[in-house]
Amino acid sequence: MNNITAERFTDGKPNLRRFHQASWDEPIIFELGQPGQRGILVPEVEEGIKFQVGDPFKGIPDSLLRKDPPELPEMSQPAVLRHYVHISQETLGVDCNIDVGQGTCTMKYSPKINDQLARMTELTELHPLQDETTVQGILEIFWRFEQMLKEISGLDRFTMQPGAGSAAIYTNASIIRAYHASMGELDRRDEIITTIFSHPSDAACAKVAGFKVITLYPNEDGYPDIEALKAAISDRTAGLLITNPEDTGIYNPKIAEFTRLVHAAGGLCSYDQANANGILGITRAREAGFDLCHFNLHKTFSTPHGCGGPAVGATGVTKELIPFLPVPLVDFDGEKYYLDYDFPNSIGKIRPFYGVAPAVLKAYAWVMALGAEGLREVAEIAVLNNNYLLKKILAIRGASAPYAEGKRRIEQVRYSWEKLYEETGVHSDELGIRAADFGVHYWTSHHPYVVPEPCTLEPTESYSKEELDEYAAIIENVANEAYADPELVKNAPYNSTVHTIDHYPLDDPQQWCITWRAYKRKAQKIPV
Amino acid sequence: MANNKTVYPYIPNSEPNIKTQMLKEVNANSVNELYSDIPAQLRFKGQMNLPVPFVSEYGLRRHIEKILGKNKSTKQFLNFLGAGCYQHYVPAVCDEINSRGEFLTAYAGEPYDDHGRFQSLFEYTSMMAELLEMDVVSVPTYDGFQAAATALRMACRITGRNKVLLPETIGRDLLSKICDYLRNDIEIITLKHNALTGGIDLNHLEDLISKDIAAVFFENPSYLGFFEINGEKIADIAHQNGAICIVSVDPISLGVITPPSHYGADIVVGDIQPLGMHMLFGGGQAGFIASRDEEKYVMQYPSRLFGIVPTRVKGEYGFGDVAYDRTSFARREEGNEWVGTAAALWGITAGVYLALMGPQGMKEIGEGILYRSQYAKQEMNKIANVSAGVFQAPQFKEFVVKFDNTGKTVAEINHSLLEKRIFGGKDLSHEFPWLGESALFCFTEIHTKEDIDQLITTLKEVLA
Repeated sequence: MNNITAERFTDGKPNLRRFHQASWDEPIIFELGQPGQRGILVPEVEEGIKFQVGDPFKGIPDSLLRKDPPELPEMSQPAVLRHYVHISQETLGVDCNIDVGQGTCTMKYSPKINDQLARMTELTELHPLQDETTVQGILEIFWRFEQMLKEISGLDRFTMQPGAGSAAIYTNASIIRAYHASMGELDRRDEIITTIFSHPSDAACAKVAGFKVITLYPNEDGYPDIEALKAAISDRTAGLLITNPEDTGIYNPKIAEFTRLVHAAGGLCSYDQANANGILGITRAREAGFDLCHFNLHKTFSTPHGCGGPAVGATGVTKELIPFLPVPLVDFDGEKYYLDYDFPNSIGKIRPFYGVAPAVLKAYAWVMALGAEGLREVAEIAVLNNNYLLKKILAIRGASAPYAEGKRRIEQVRYSWEKLYEETGVHSDELGIRAADFGVHYWTSHHPYVVPEPCTLEPTESYSKEELDEYAAIIENVANEAYADPELVKNAPYNSTVHTIDHYPLDDPQQWCITWRAYKRKAQKIPV
Repeated sequence: MANNKTVYPYIPNSEPNIKTQMLKEVNANSVNELYSDIPAQLRFKGQMNLPVPFVSEYGLRRHIEKILGKNKSTKQFLNFLGAGCYQHYVPAVCDEINSRGEFLTAYAGEPYDDHGRFQSLFEYTSMMAELLEMDVVSVPTYDGFQAAATALRMACRITGRNKVLLPETIGRDLLSKICDYLRNDIEIITLKHNALTGGIDLNHLEDLISKDIAAVFFENPSYLGFFEINGEKIADIAHQNGAICIVSVDPISLGVITPPSHYGADIVVGDIQPLGMHMLFGGGQAGFIASRDEEKYVMQYPSRLFGIVPTRVKGEYGFGDVAYDRTSFARREEGNEWVGTAAALWGITAGVYLALMGPQGMKEIGEGILYRSQYAKQEMNKIANVSAGVFQAPQFKEFVVKFDNTGKTVAEINHSLLEKRIFGGKDLSHEFPWLGESALFCFTEIHTKEDIDQLITTLKEVLA
């Protein structure tokens, strides 16, 4: 009998996994099933109803009645299930990988207990317009969680209405607009200042809210340039939308000076805390002088990312800005919880009802499992993990971490493979696709690529030292391959679900196929 | 290292020995050193004032169950509330798929490592496209409100105009959302309704339409439940003036009801919550935007659009982002509005729902809803002094019930119904004062004859 275990190590180090992602070569769902097959039967209409009503279409104009049935698949229940299980297996969730590669996204563990609790019928089967006396439990969760966020941020009121981080940024921009309108200064104050290492939505949402956007770039230390800020500020300044630490993971120590300068000019300061994972219990929006902030519950607060939502961008403000928050707010009079609509200066509704309740519940449960000490532990370990990984990555040939050389980073790092590219011709995104061959994600950066050949890694608190070692070993292996055999990397992936994609049709209106219906017409040439 | 410190199950390196070892590896004596860039005056002093945690999973479960146990759900009470969030049956397979960890915990990976996410969302948009008979459908927006507001902005960008027409019968919350979203640069003008049908007053539309109008928006069925029977005429009037016709639709009606593309809609929007999402206290909403496959429309979508493409292996399907450069991910404030996390998992779930239902299921559910709502309306009208169906146009699953002649307010009636374990219709008396003491009742395939009869009997008792 071989010592199989020993064969899994080389020079005392574990070998890289011989990974291959699930590859079912799965047909498109329209290719499955047979005419007449059924996936589920709907409740029958009882005879008493049928008898009384007669023709259910009576009174509906013929022009409103559908003549041809929709060309949906016709499949048995097990066939639908198997199809979706197959394609779910072709998706790399946090549950199945060392997900440090999707930097800025805070891909931490989403506790299963919280998912289970959110499936209780006391939540799933609640209608949002039920009488308040019948929804005291969920209102209590909203209210309790708001108290937690107030403590974590130092701000005075929160809404859970925005449907994710960008909606929260927009909400903040809208509140800034409403505030200046209330002061009679909106005509003049039409500029929002942000930074290039803040999320693209900080710029984009400000624009939708009607502001001209001024973007600051970093100085050689990696901080947004304070002289550029001073030059940008004027009596037209409505506000500042900024992240700290920015995507580089560098904390801007002059942040209080930034908010002071903007306040002195009459502007408001909004803290994009989509990702606050490295600073929970360490530093807060209040002390840095912010008037508004938001937290992505699917990032820092562990609610699962769901392939991109549903989510909550919890949005908080100081006392002065409470009147402008979206309605309703959840309140407590000492005996009962209730929805308070009495805010005449509110910006109004950001979404239907009150927010994604299961996400609020999961975030609340997460905090209740950790407490103040646990939240601080989250931050500390996230930062420790990040600096540990930083050391490992910087030891890899061709890697660098631009700006603030030798300094510590908070929760993530934006690396550069510029040197590797210059020496091998292999781009950062190509390294990422090769990394997928080993079962992990890897993300470059938002555009524009201010850091050349960028790569953003964020280890969070959820991965062990061995897992960080494994991730670094994968990246090291891929970088070494780039030096030894660039074509090997450029032709990846080999072990993914699918092979290199032809991107060209995606930007050609004559060829792009956004649905199967368009594909049938454009690629299969089936007349519709 | 002997230590009483908690080792957190969610945090592998919270084990003190590992933490110490890692600190050593990064040449730090304490974690505090890693925060050296954060000035002392910005440091939070002491420990946050948060509740004492339930460190055991069992304790946490008990705590949450106790709080949620204070709710009374629609499992315990008979529910006739709709108004944008609907109680339909959620097939078990929908929950099974959206609970799978691979989908539940994935996020923003590439088409290689997240091929299944791309395929499932492409299939969702493709099934919606069949339901809507339109060639382009977005991945989910946050909710139907966002879809409507964005469609109005798209129409303004396409036409280069900045005025939009909306019916006065849309819900106040949707109107509030649209006002906030368009406030900066778009004028919103409301269209009067036809008192008889509830639909848009065509004369008023003719008066207001002009070459300055970017879009005419309406709902079918409307917030107040009735069908807009003049869809084609409205679209024609819009088109004659170069305006875009936007229709918001309830997707679960489309097994039996004509998709708006057939009567002239250029952009169709709505909320997919009815297609396999639980009500979740309003957390199951997700929006869609659909249009024809024309470059001038496609290039104005803010959201991601997934396209199907070949790979280097013959016969292998691949996916990618269509016209990515239109988005704020690519061009920040120069992109269309913004793109970000929205409600993807609900899109995958709606795909599962449509695949399970198929054409026959969608037809039967539409028919079944029409049967039940008509039965309920007929029975309501048998109650003395109650008038169900204020508008003559036919309804889908909801209709307005007037209680003006009963001598009771809707609030009083709903309170009495609540005591009999019934959630009555949504009180419209504040939202639409011109409807008097009215409520919006909703009936779906989940209601049995017995349920509806119980409502009627109880209403009779309450009003007696």
